[in-house]
Amino acid sequence: MSQIQFTNRAKAVDRSPLNFIERLYIWNILIGMFITIKHFFKKKATIKYPEQKREVGTAYRGLHILNRDEEGRERCTACGLCAVACPAEAISMEAAERLPDEEHLYREEKYAAKYEINMLRCIFCGLCEEACPKDAIYLSHTFTPTNYHRKGMIYNKEDLLIPNPTTQPEAFAKAKGLIDDKKKK
Amino acid sequence: MSEEIKKEAPKKFTVTIDNIAIEVAPGTTILQAARMIGGDVVPPTMCYYTPLKESGGKCRTCLVEVSKGSEKDPRPMPKLVASCRTTVMDGMEVKNITSERTLHARQGVVEFLLINHPLDCPVCDQAGECDLQDLSFGHGEGGSRLDFPKRTFTKHNIGPYIQLHMTRCIMCYRCVFAADQLTKEREHGVLDRGYHSEIATHIEKALTNDFIGNVIDVCPVGALTDKTFRFKNRVWFTRPEDAHRDCDKCCGKVTLWKRGDDVLRVTARKDQWGEVQTYEDGTVGWICNECRFEKKNTNDWVIEGPTNVSRHSIKSVNHYINMLKPKETIPDVMGRNPKLLMDIHDVSEVNDPSIKLSKINGPATSKTFNKLIENKE
Repeated sequence: MSQIQFTNRAKAVDRSPLNFIERLYIWNILIGMFITIKHFFKKKATIKYPEQKREVGTAYRGLHILNRDEEGRERCTACGLCAVACPAEAISMEAAERLPDEEHLYREEKYAAKYEINMLRCIFCGLCEEACPKDAIYLSHTFTPTNYHRKGMIYNKEDLLIPNPTTQPEAFAKAKGLIDDKKKK
Repeated sequence: MSEEIKKEAPKKFTVTIDNIAIEVAPGTTILQAARMIGGDVVPPTMCYYTPLKESGGKCRTCLVEVSKGSEKDPRPMPKLVASCRTTVMDGMEVKNITSERTLHARQGVVEFLLINHPLDCPVCDQAGECDLQDLSFGHGEGGSRLDFPKRTFTKHNIGPYIQLHMTRCIMCYRCVFAADQLTKEREHGVLDRGYHSEIATHIEKALTNDFIGNVIDVCPVGALTDKTFRFKNRVWFTRPEDAHRDCDKCCGKVTLWKRGDDVLRVTARKDQWGEVQTYEDGTVGWICNECRFEKKNTNDWVIEGPTNVSRHSIKSVNHYINMLKPKETIPDVMGRNPKLLMDIHDVSEVNDPSIKLSKINGPATSKTFNKLIENKE
């Protein structure tokens, strides 16, 4: 045989005639049933996903979030480093200048008026997070929800921003609690 | 007597920079000689600007060590000298990157230049083509040792064309020389002295003289930037193209920085040292305010082709030369072009075709984008 063997688990097929017990078949059925029933008492390999969630590592890269500072102002300044670092070219943005009455909304003089991540393109490599000089974009531990339409997979700034700690303290506390829980584990 | 000495002097001086010898005309500066050699031996410059007379000698980034003064007087110069203002002597030996003293001194100079610099590159429009960014990346240390708050200034509005960010300024005086030598009257200058010195117009004037736009090109940092380009896009996402038009005031040869068909910014053409190009007939390619600020339509220009950008520059990202696109085979197979079921503008709000950023004079604000939402509703 010229076949290359990678393991030593190959066995020659036994072609000797069946004896009496084997010819009854019931014996082999019992062996098979024993293997099946054994798995009833083993730990389950699956989980009930939406209710239960699997533990992910600390370095897990899931859905993106856009960060705010402690006063609830958006941190992103639309510097474009995430977009230029993105190997899938999933990120696009448009910058605008902060007006004098918007200082409570945006941290810097320039901000991202539009910010979009095309989740159809994103490969969750995390380079945007590494490139960000302003602590503005992070990949969270949340799985990205699926969608029936392409339209729903283009995430704009409102989809990505974390809750504002000043105007939505409850939602912020909930989100922060999730992060703190994760950190404890 | 001086005429006699001139007659005796050789027509060419031999100068050795980092063990590379070159023959240059008398009166050449060490910096220019190094630029003739090119490559790594060229000292970086922040304040020196070839087309501007009397520029240089202020920033001290081009310091070099002269290990042998000349053939006749071989003693080394005791201190590091500014190569942009020191002329060569016959037989001079200069050390730039081979001298530890020079590199150490340059590191110190960078630290001093960055002491009051806000490091707001993510906000700054100059990022990507900033001399100070290149300098601190190439020669600076990782951190700053300054414990005190950085110097700040009250903001001045200097007119509809130019945005002044005084905190980013490194006091190179290039813009002062440019305004002196190019415009009919200089309206801005350096007020106060020492730590308090700042670039300003005396009591809130607008810089609107013709050719004043060139201060944007000569500024090595983001202190003077184009207000008509402010926050429109990052330079590395725009596509530079050489273009020209018939202009009765200037040479009309420019670089257009385009996004799609929108001309977002017009600048003079730059040479490999980041300075405005000097053409073969000796004219410098300064451009007038009309070409720079008013002509933001593609039809205003005759496009010559993509600008040659060094491939080491961030500006060359995603700009390919001689790129061959693979042939689209779908029309051959189907006999017609495929129907596109989704238009990206239906689902994406970015780059909305109804907003022409090139038509807005200042930076876009929330009003620009909100107006659009109102119109849609």
